[in-house]
Amino acid sequence: MSIGSFFQTRKPEGWNRPPLIEQHGEGELLEVAMGPHHPSTHGVFRMDLALDGERVVRLKPVFGYLHRNHEKIGEGQSYLASMPFTDRLDYVCSLTNNWAYALAVEKLVAQEVPERAEYIRVILAEFTRIVNHASAIGFLLQEMGASGTPLMYAFREREKILDLFEELTGSRMMCNYMRFGGCRVDTSADWLKAAQKVVDGLPGFVDEIDQLLSSNEILMARCQGMGILKADLAVNAGVTGPMLRATGVGYDIRKIDHYGIYDRFNFRVPIGEVGDIYDRYMVRMLEMRESITILRQAIHDIPAGPIMDVKAKIRGFRPKPGEAYGRIEAPKGELGFYLISDGSPNPYRYRVRPPSLINLTVLEDMCLGHNVADVVLIFGSVDIVLGEVDR
Amino acid sequence: MLTIEEIKSAIEAGVPGATVEIVSNPSPSGQHSLRVAPCDGFAVATFLQENADLSLDFLSNVTGVDWPEKEVSEKVKVTRPATKTVDGVEQTVEETVEETRKTLVPGCLEAVYHLFSIEKKHGPVILRMRTVNRTDNVELPSLTPIWRSAEFQEREIFDLYGIVFVGHPDLRRILMWDGFKDHPMRRDYVSPDDFDYEPTPHDEVLARVQAHQATEKTANPGQEEGSR
Repeated sequence: MSIGSFFQTRKPEGWNRPPLIEQHGEGELLEVAMGPHHPSTHGVFRMDLALDGERVVRLKPVFGYLHRNHEKIGEGQSYLASMPFTDRLDYVCSLTNNWAYALAVEKLVAQEVPERAEYIRVILAEFTRIVNHASAIGFLLQEMGASGTPLMYAFREREKILDLFEELTGSRMMCNYMRFGGCRVDTSADWLKAAQKVVDGLPGFVDEIDQLLSSNEILMARCQGMGILKADLAVNAGVTGPMLRATGVGYDIRKIDHYGIYDRFNFRVPIGEVGDIYDRYMVRMLEMRESITILRQAIHDIPAGPIMDVKAKIRGFRPKPGEAYGRIEAPKGELGFYLISDGSPNPYRYRVRPPSLINLTVLEDMCLGHNVADVVLIFGSVDIVLGEVDR
Repeated sequence: MLTIEEIKSAIEAGVPGATVEIVSNPSPSGQHSLRVAPCDGFAVATFLQENADLSLDFLSNVTGVDWPEKEVSEKVKVTRPATKTVDGVEQTVEETVEETRKTLVPGCLEAVYHLFSIEKKHGPVILRMRTVNRTDNVELPSLTPIWRSAEFQEREIFDLYGIVFVGHPDLRRILMWDGFKDHPMRRDYVSPDDFDYEPTPHDEVLARVQAHQATEKTANPGQEEGSR
């Protein structure tokens, strides 16, 4: 099936709105504010539900509990000063946030990045993807009632990768590592050896969690056929990342834009078939395996050389007037930064395109008609971080 | 992918009467954009989505930009007649003088749409629309009926910039609370002076705290100090 076939026919007006759910029987709807303190909402997210018995007939997400106007802060300070702030957007994957921001600024000023720095970026981004997907799967299972074990398995592996991050950048989660035109510190030979050791252990971990979960009867019963998202709606609603690929659309920005040096690696883009929770779970699982193959190639091929472009301007960084939009395939979807420069040291406009927020656009469509207990799972399968949703 | 000029002529052929203007981008990123008149916005967007060559099915990023009104001063050489006394005789001579002219560029709010095509794997095509001014005429057509991904992002622009999107199915504040009055992302936004929660205010902040407390005292004279 070609991707383009969805848009060959003109759709009727309003086809992309959430459907109206008929109420069974008589009686009033029960309105429930699920969150912001509900443990399954990954922080401070609220869903206003209207329930007909156990069925959801309306769902309105409510945002803003963690809003600190990140974009306004970005306008008030220099370009480089925003780099540590980007760590706090999606605080599980700070390194991909760094990369997206660095990429946008590098587009704005046509900054080259040395070979070795590109390899380090790829290595760190793929480690971040594994961290994110492992925790996403762990939390999904936690919400399914598999209390503890899958999440602890995921976190055990995550901890090994975070140790690598800490050794290299000085921080486990708030790495603040990339710079415009390279990276902050170089990797040592010992670090690469340690990274290779972690990578060698990862397939065993993925196999283990795959055997433990993928054919588990409870998981299949609760995930298969639940929260189905159709490909045409997913494309129309701007859904990106594993959620889009689970619907069967093979759109991966690493393959489309070839940003960085992703055209040098052999990897496949796993896609789903049905677009239900199980497909989203499975796409994440397979993406971890692909990340491992990228990591193997990158650690093997990494060349010696500088990690900062010598021509990179650090002091008095003032891009010429203009604008740029740079985007990468972050673990949660398309993370983009849009910058307008007016020639001053601060950006005139600093915009973050958060994948988590935009992936939630279709939450209502996926949840309608399901039971409350399944809303928790559907929401968990979207994989959001509130730091990025509310910014 | 078509060049920006080709896209412009395709739009003008496909949507008769549409006003499209190329906004060139001097930055090395080379991402030029198209500015359309708000009245044509919806038709142009529909055309861009349905055109077989472009098929821009994926609206990635929607954002607002605030352009407050600003004074642009430019130096102009003006030639004007002047009386001069040459050898005791008054004469009218043409004289060139440099003058600074100040023009007021009216402010506006702008919505920027970054479009990609998942089918054709190209992009971005950048679409911009401007409101008439920043105060009372801030309406733009909503593109949410065409691309659902604009739903939350247009709400965010409505919330933070104050652009009213006509045709949006659910235009409410999204990040700020419902009772909030101002639009925080505007360039001239002044944050409220409730700085006295800071435990040890000093310098500028202290001055603002004292000014704030003085206004509070006059506003609520019965209240005791430190009752907060």
